[in-house]
Amino acid sequence: MSATELAAAVRAGTRSARDVVDEHLLVIEAGDVELHACNLVTAEWARTTADAVDVAVARGADPGPLAGVPIVLKDNLCTRGVATTCSSRILEGWQPPYTATVVDRVLAAGAVPVAKTNLDEFAMGSSTENSAFGPTRNPRDLSRVPGGSSGGSAAAVAAGYAPLGLGSDTGGSIRQPAALCGVVGVKPTYGLVSRYGLVAFASSLDQIGPLATTVTDAALLLDSIAGPDPMDSTSIASPYEAVLPVVNRGIEGLRIGLVDELVEGDGFQPEVLAAVDQAARALEKAGATVDRVSVPSARYGLSAYYVIAPAEASSNLARYDGVRYGLRVDGEDVATMNARTREAGFGPEVKRRIMLGTYALSAGYYDAYYGQAQRVRTLIIRDFARAYERFDALLSPTSPTVAFALGAKSADPLAMYLSDVCTIPTNLAGHAAISVPFGAGEAGLPIGVQVLAPALGEPVMFRVARVLEEAA
Amino acid sequence: MSVSEPYPGEERMPEGAGMSVSESERMGVQAYEPVIGLEVHCELSTETKLFCGCPNEFGAEPNTHVCPVCLGLPGSLPVLNEQSVEYALRFADAAHLRVPEQSTFARKNYFYPDMPKDYQISQYDDPITVDGWIDVDGGRVGIERAHLEEDTGKTVHVGGGGRIHEADHSLVDYNRAGVPLMEIVSRPDIRSAEHARAYVTELRGVLQAIGVSDVKMEEGSMRVDANVSVRPIGTSELGTKVEVKNMNSLRSLGRAIEYEIERQIGALESGERIVQETRHWDEADGRTHSMRTKEGSSDYRYFPEPDLVPVAPTDEMRDRVRTSLPELPAHRRARLQEAWGISDNEARVLIATPGLADYAEAAVDSLDGGSARDVVKWANGEVLGHLNESGLSPEVLPLAPDGLAELVGLVDAGLISRSQAKDVLGECLSEPKRPKQVVAERGLSQVSDAGAIGAVVDEVLAANADAVEEYRTGDDKVRKKKRGFITGEVMRALRGQGNPKVVNELLDEKLAAG
Amino acid sequence: MSRLTRADVEHVAQLARLALTDEEIEHFTGQLEVILEHAAQIAALDTHDVPPTAHPLPLVNVLRADEVRPSLPRDEVLAMAPASEDGRFRVPRILDAP
Repeated sequence: MSATELAAAVRAGTRSARDVVDEHLLVIEAGDVELHACNLVTAEWARTTADAVDVAVARGADPGPLAGVPIVLKDNLCTRGVATTCSSRILEGWQPPYTATVVDRVLAAGAVPVAKTNLDEFAMGSSTENSAFGPTRNPRDLSRVPGGSSGGSAAAVAAGYAPLGLGSDTGGSIRQPAALCGVVGVKPTYGLVSRYGLVAFASSLDQIGPLATTVTDAALLLDSIAGPDPMDSTSIASPYEAVLPVVNRGIEGLRIGLVDELVEGDGFQPEVLAAVDQAARALEKAGATVDRVSVPSARYGLSAYYVIAPAEASSNLARYDGVRYGLRVDGEDVATMNARTREAGFGPEVKRRIMLGTYALSAGYYDAYYGQAQRVRTLIIRDFARAYERFDALLSPTSPTVAFALGAKSADPLAMYLSDVCTIPTNLAGHAAISVPFGAGEAGLPIGVQVLAPALGEPVMFRVARVLEEAA
Repeated sequence: MSVSEPYPGEERMPEGAGMSVSESERMGVQAYEPVIGLEVHCELSTETKLFCGCPNEFGAEPNTHVCPVCLGLPGSLPVLNEQSVEYALRFADAAHLRVPEQSTFARKNYFYPDMPKDYQISQYDDPITVDGWIDVDGGRVGIERAHLEEDTGKTVHVGGGGRIHEADHSLVDYNRAGVPLMEIVSRPDIRSAEHARAYVTELRGVLQAIGVSDVKMEEGSMRVDANVSVRPIGTSELGTKVEVKNMNSLRSLGRAIEYEIERQIGALESGERIVQETRHWDEADGRTHSMRTKEGSSDYRYFPEPDLVPVAPTDEMRDRVRTSLPELPAHRRARLQEAWGISDNEARVLIATPGLADYAEAAVDSLDGGSARDVVKWANGEVLGHLNESGLSPEVLPLAPDGLAELVGLVDAGLISRSQAKDVLGECLSEPKRPKQVVAERGLSQVSDAGAIGAVVDEVLAANADAVEEYRTGDDKVRKKKRGFITGEVMRALRGQGNPKVVNELLDEKLAAG
Repeated sequence: MSRLTRADVEHVAQLARLALTDEEIEHFTGQLEVILEHAAQIAALDTHDVPPTAHPLPLVNVLRADEVRPSLPRDEVLAMAPASEDGRFRVPRILDAP
């Protein structure tokens, strides 16, 4: 049952939220030993929340648009009194004294949080193998990765733990696992969803977004979490325009561009490229025009990203020093204690990125790396702006490949980074993008097609995604 | 050189402080000129911290004014305090700084346990205000920039006599973390320790007057670091600069600069090179000491703070600030000197203590007899002394300004003497009593009645006929001596309570008449 | 771009406060070199007229009224601390100046 249907049934009183959550908790219990999508199953919190929804329904009060809908939360979203680990030893057992704005919003909308889900440590990775607590497996094929870094949320939604999930997307961390697990994943416009309470990876790129089994459910969740937040200086202050009312408007007359730079290169599986072509044809059939478009600087996205994101991360992750919270490994003086704590608490990928970012910002290298990457960012924004003069939305694969085997890329960081090549430009530009399951590739594994839109282009983006979903 | 007056309550600098220049010139050796720039950090007196709603309040129980933002908890985000921007704009107007179209925040990255995020949010490339000046004794001092940044927490050291490096361990309180600071960076226009003190004194007055900071060096709400270098007179190239820290009073600022100038000249004269470094002022031994720094620790890896957006002060914001700017000290000094006929120094002392000039102005408004100048003498004397001793501010003194006016009136009317007034004021400043009440309680009323005094004068003159005769026939020297003796006798007979003016007038009259 | 040396990596580890093992230093020297080479693709681009983008949104003046909001209860704050004493966070002695 979709989130939309569940919420309707709970609001109508035909299903109790408590029954719904108990059913889902059973699914989690049965599946998660193998899948390991969850860092923590929040059964008690879920049941209390569900009971409150049922009480509200019984009283005749409106429990909200997500009434009684189970939701999984990526474990980098702060939840008061509930452990929030970022899948890192350094935060193991840490219970935040406050709750992220998005979590408050889904709770206010009546959703029922059933689990904190696994991720690549501090959201750094594309396979969820970089978790300190062990990898998550892909429910479509247990020998393969679910993608990452929101692999736990994507796998959980794909496995029916909950119809909805929240993830965070810095370079593709919602869309790529959505594609690899065969669900819908949305990276909203930067600033549309408050980041307050999202443990930062790269602040100018991070954005929270929905994972769902349908485009409509994703719209329903986005409408519940988007909008201004006074706690986040970078949240867009203008009132949010809901997308749910427009998802079924069709795409008659829309102009769609197929991005050259995001289908070129060695790493693309032919089935993936074929799926994008089919998607293009489906859009034409639905009344849109499709043309090729070039976004030349997009090919530099990956290089710029792997300077900017680690640079910001190196600063964001400095606070894990063993002084105020989390892990401490003692030392005879404070600097030694800091260094030992960080050495013991961070995994290899996190250390690699901290090193990379520290280097890129250090004296003598700033201009060549960080400064230059920021200028490339400007070029990417300009190129996209030119493309959006001629097109309403753009189309590309979400990931060059379907889900790969566990361990296939762990030894080669650069190969792993390349699996985000199609998703990264959107983050650099601060734009919106969605991944929709479209066809199957190698070994029958799901393929995701990405629809890109300019800042605040969500309404059009969702209409296109909805058409693709129908055609798939 | 012009010597600025010492700040009230502080001792005067030794003569010739910082002026080794002229001295060595006289001695015919290489003369050096100090070049000094100051970095002044002042805590802004906002209600809340720079980036969160925790109270900005001194002296609370440790770690009670903290929240996810100022503790740097994972996931928390800063939001800039509007008032801090307004305060910076006020300072810009007061010290002739320019406000660029846009200013941004940056992260200064370094590890230190008093910094919750292990980076400080500060302004680096684009400060909120740039390029101003203030006029001070000893010459105008340029201000390169004034920018906003967050303060750090406070650390106490346990064991090892409380000294940082010898301690067993340290304890951190984050109440101060995130308190708004304005860092005011002067140009290297300062040429002596005195000049530096004059600059800080004037800056302090300006910051107080515009109400943006309570600027107490002793409580740490104002902290001054000095960049000191020396160069041979006549050269324009700057010498190697040394940063001197840890001066916690105006007095130690002067002493530290003084010491550092001498040290650098001494080093150069014995052929040594000055090392660019940070030195710590030790108040106890009166020296600066090189600070241990880790190699490479000054690579702060600044980059734009992605969690904050630029500040672009609007015309509306600037106008609001401009129209509400209070009177600045230089203007007020000139106005009071002119209106009250007081000296520059009297005006300076009066204005240097927050609220004292307001107190005096209110007292002058309620005067009924006596002059504004009398009010200022009492305000700068007994009242200021009491404030320094008690730590109170003028607004909370038990004696309201009109009480001081009453006291001035009593003296002016000859009802009490100056020395009596001093005692009366002392009592009124420590207990809620009016001067008239104290005078009545103590039975202190000066005898001013000409009839009563006349009778006593007659008695004294009769009893000391010899002295009177000598006075009348003697030369000036004798007359002066005898007059003093006779006046003394009269005052003694009046038990010291005779109004000296009346006594003198009667003596003049009766001695001439006889 | 010049080659990344082991000494560079050690220096960066010190800046980043990571007590890396010898093995890690060795490993990272090679890996960072590869990643930086990839990143260096952008170094060749002519961008001298291009302003940097620090932030994807053109927002300005996001300000908060100067009003007090509740702080956290101290017991909750110190409950997170690896070590505390006298209402404060306890740390080993501090050797270097800030």
